[in-house]
Amino acid sequence: MSKKQTLVVIGNGMVGQNFLAGLVSSGAKEHFEIVVFCEEPRPAYDRVHLSAFFSGKSAQDLSMVEVGFFELHGITVHLGDRAKSIDRSAKTVLSEKGVHIAYDKIVLATGSYPFVPPVPGHERDRCLVYRTIEDLEAIQTAAEQSQVGVVVGGGLLGLEAANALKDLGLTTHVVEFAPRLMAVQLDDGGGALLKRKIEAIGVTVHLNKNTTLIDDGESCLHKMNFAGGDALETDLILFSAGIRPRDDIARACELEVGPRGGIVIDNQCRTSDPDIFAIGECALWNNRIFGLVAPGYAMARTVVSVLEGGDNYFTGADMSTKLKLMGVDVASIGDAHAQTPGALVYTYQNGDSEVYKRLVVSADKKRLLGAVLVGDASGYGTLLQYCLNGIELPENPDSLILPHRSDESVGLGPDALPMSAQICSCHDVNKATLCSAIEAGCNTVSALKSETKAGTGCGGCVPLMKSVMECELAKLGIEVSTDICEHFPHTRQELYHLIMVEEIKTFDELIEKHGRGRGCEVCKQAVGSILASYWNDYILKKEHIGLQDTNDIFLANMQKDGTYSVVPRVTGGEIQPEKLIVLGQVAKKYGLYTKITGGQRVDLFGARVEQLPSIWRELIDAGFESGHAYGKSLRTVKSCVGSTWCRFGVDDSVGLAIELENRYKGLRAPHKIKFAVSGCTRECAEAQSKDIGVIATEGGWNLYVCGNGGMKPRHGDLFATQLDKETLIKYIDRVLIFYVRTADRMQRTSVWMENMEGGLDYLRSVVIEDSLGIGEALEKQMRHVIDTYQCEWKTTIEDESKLKRFRHFVNSDRPDDNIVFVEERGQVRPADEREREELKARKHFKILEEA
Amino acid sequence: MSMSDWIDVCSVDDLQPDSGVCVWADGRQIALFYMPKEQAVYAVDNFDPFGKVNVLSRGMIGDIGGQPMVASPLYKQHFNLETGVCFEDETVKIETYGVRIENRRVAVNV
Repeated sequence: MSKKQTLVVIGNGMVGQNFLAGLVSSGAKEHFEIVVFCEEPRPAYDRVHLSAFFSGKSAQDLSMVEVGFFELHGITVHLGDRAKSIDRSAKTVLSEKGVHIAYDKIVLATGSYPFVPPVPGHERDRCLVYRTIEDLEAIQTAAEQSQVGVVVGGGLLGLEAANALKDLGLTTHVVEFAPRLMAVQLDDGGGALLKRKIEAIGVTVHLNKNTTLIDDGESCLHKMNFAGGDALETDLILFSAGIRPRDDIARACELEVGPRGGIVIDNQCRTSDPDIFAIGECALWNNRIFGLVAPGYAMARTVVSVLEGGDNYFTGADMSTKLKLMGVDVASIGDAHAQTPGALVYTYQNGDSEVYKRLVVSADKKRLLGAVLVGDASGYGTLLQYCLNGIELPENPDSLILPHRSDESVGLGPDALPMSAQICSCHDVNKATLCSAIEAGCNTVSALKSETKAGTGCGGCVPLMKSVMECELAKLGIEVSTDICEHFPHTRQELYHLIMVEEIKTFDELIEKHGRGRGCEVCKQAVGSILASYWNDYILKKEHIGLQDTNDIFLANMQKDGTYSVVPRVTGGEIQPEKLIVLGQVAKKYGLYTKITGGQRVDLFGARVEQLPSIWRELIDAGFESGHAYGKSLRTVKSCVGSTWCRFGVDDSVGLAIELENRYKGLRAPHKIKFAVSGCTRECAEAQSKDIGVIATEGGWNLYVCGNGGMKPRHGDLFATQLDKETLIKYIDRVLIFYVRTADRMQRTSVWMENMEGGLDYLRSVVIEDSLGIGEALEKQMRHVIDTYQCEWKTTIEDESKLKRFRHFVNSDRPDDNIVFVEERGQVRPADEREREELKARKHFKILEEA
Repeated sequence: MSMSDWIDVCSVDDLQPDSGVCVWADGRQIALFYMPKEQAVYAVDNFDPFGKVNVLSRGMIGDIGGQPMVASPLYKQHFNLETGVCFEDETVKIETYGVRIENRRVAVNV
């Protein structure tokens, strides 16, 4: 075998990392020893979603590098060490920290840097840029001392940055040199609507402004002086006026660069030195710089193929984009500015619903050349396919942007797409690849994602991917059943709807009207839960008892040996010593194994079914109530000790936790629900790992939703910030009932959120903006549940007829002799099978002896 | 004495509609399930052969493809209430017993 060559990759941004990932899964890997230099202190992270850092995502969450990636593939990586120079004649690279290595090939993926206009004063304090995580940390620190923030630049990144400033609580302005926002992607009409929408949510936009000087302000730190004499005062300035390629290392070793910067590359991404490649935003192809991630990935794929000995070519890239800026949908496709000779333009503007759409069509009206969508980008997928695949337009092209007033569908069915149509542009997945994966058995979106990677970049293609999948499955004759089980041809959500609309109160009525057979444990439990959350009857009522799992029937949790555990409610984890003593006394009296739970309460194990009523009678007499540990319902609201005792506490987390737990106790849901409340951002209650998490800040409560610990941990999403208690409770009421009504059976909030079309934004629109107009109904349903709360154990021990069930035999008082305990660490535990046999034999022997 | 014995175990009022109870029948633990709509009562062993504990009477009942079944409350295997055969593993079978109801009393044939 020949000796391996050394490949040096300079830069570990999104494109550099994409190149590495492609390389290690290609045949070229075994020919190269790979060395990576990364100037930043951490490996590649998702710069496209950088603003998520301010809504609670950590640097780790944004990482694009799988844990152990470099080690696994034997890649040497120098983090926090910039490659300083290349000696092309000696074929060596030197780094800032003095690493000096010989190379055979180099891939430059140095990216770009933010352009800061050379305005006098631009180097003042709190004048920042928006590119790296370190930049964001600096912005966060500067924002803490600021009231007003200005973003210089009204392009895509500038508006993202403005959104971040607004989220940080600053009065936010955008200052743009051009006469419209997003000048590259939008035309005047689209830009004007975007401006109106952004101003409506409180960001002031200043167009045609050329900043000439930044100096001391009077009411703020800075004063920005504009050509023409007017001025704007601000405490913080963010420059986002475009990017410039990082080509300094290439210039220094005399590689060819463009007149306005950028490392010149050919169709195989080679620079003027055939052993050096350049990819991503540092590269200049055909006199163009590509400031999007998808073209960078395409370049990365080209270089991987060249290193493999293939002959792939980079032939330019589609610069179409779709994104949500401050809640406004914006999309731009192809020749948005109608620069193609003879192009025709169709424009639709709806002043009422604030939608703007523009189509650019070829002179013969057969081909779509470009489009602009603002306010409603739902047509993006279809229009992009028309444009990229040259699909012939319908007779009246404007039907593609006019609102549908009848049932006719103008969407492009997935069948109309050729097999070569690119569905996912981030990972270059075409329809043919999707179809073969579907044929091979991928019949869910998530299976398709993990098989083909499609939809795992920006995610914009997921709806199209889904419709391709549904269409192909239908052709294969595979019916994807979403029925809850064989007894009902409905989903859980549909059953919920039927029960609400037809006011159905029992399982028998439901199965008679809408189902078949006798039911099973799946549909019975689901319907039991729906009925309980809607009507909130006592769950052990005669007509509901058959719907309950053993845990719900005996209001305790069955353990492996058939005994039960008992968990009384300890709201917020706060317990008076007298009550703690009672728990100890009861445990001692009944010989129960005692353990502290993760939800800040006490679990008592080993209770026989016939002991449960007397145990609970003692607990209720001491003031305890059911903890619902047995139910798919609210479990605990964990809390830290909060401002009452803690030096750092900002608000009374225990008080709020108790109030929330008392409010929502007893609510039946598709799965268990856990809450936590932290009294400050140190987050000792771990609220971000709960279904509902609340964290106190100086400005009010921050609400996180849909977090999870367990098998697949998920950090909660920051749903709303700085809420007063009343609003907080209103939002939680609505989120919970919406979850209860719409989730699948046994679906935790985390999975519910991940499967929700539109995700967090959609949930916000339903709950905060009340986009479905059901806000009050959701609150009313919660009110009903709260008003009809009862301690199920109290109701049960007061009803002699219910107590009949709490015996092992209905016809005998004898206990189950199969339950045997042994002692361990001073407490009982269930005997294992061998111990049980031994003990039974010994007992039998004793009886024989006595006889 | 006949080959099999009918043992009086309880009153029909002791049965739980659409649910199960356990009776002591001459040294055996037997689970009784009552489906009022079908006017059917089934008797099977209370012992769960997978979990190896006496809990089947606390499982939920219904049907699979029209066959009456009980689902173990521990690990959710399903057993056919008429034949005792486990739906997930046909090599596993629990004992089934005849049931007779006379004068509102329930007897099982052991």
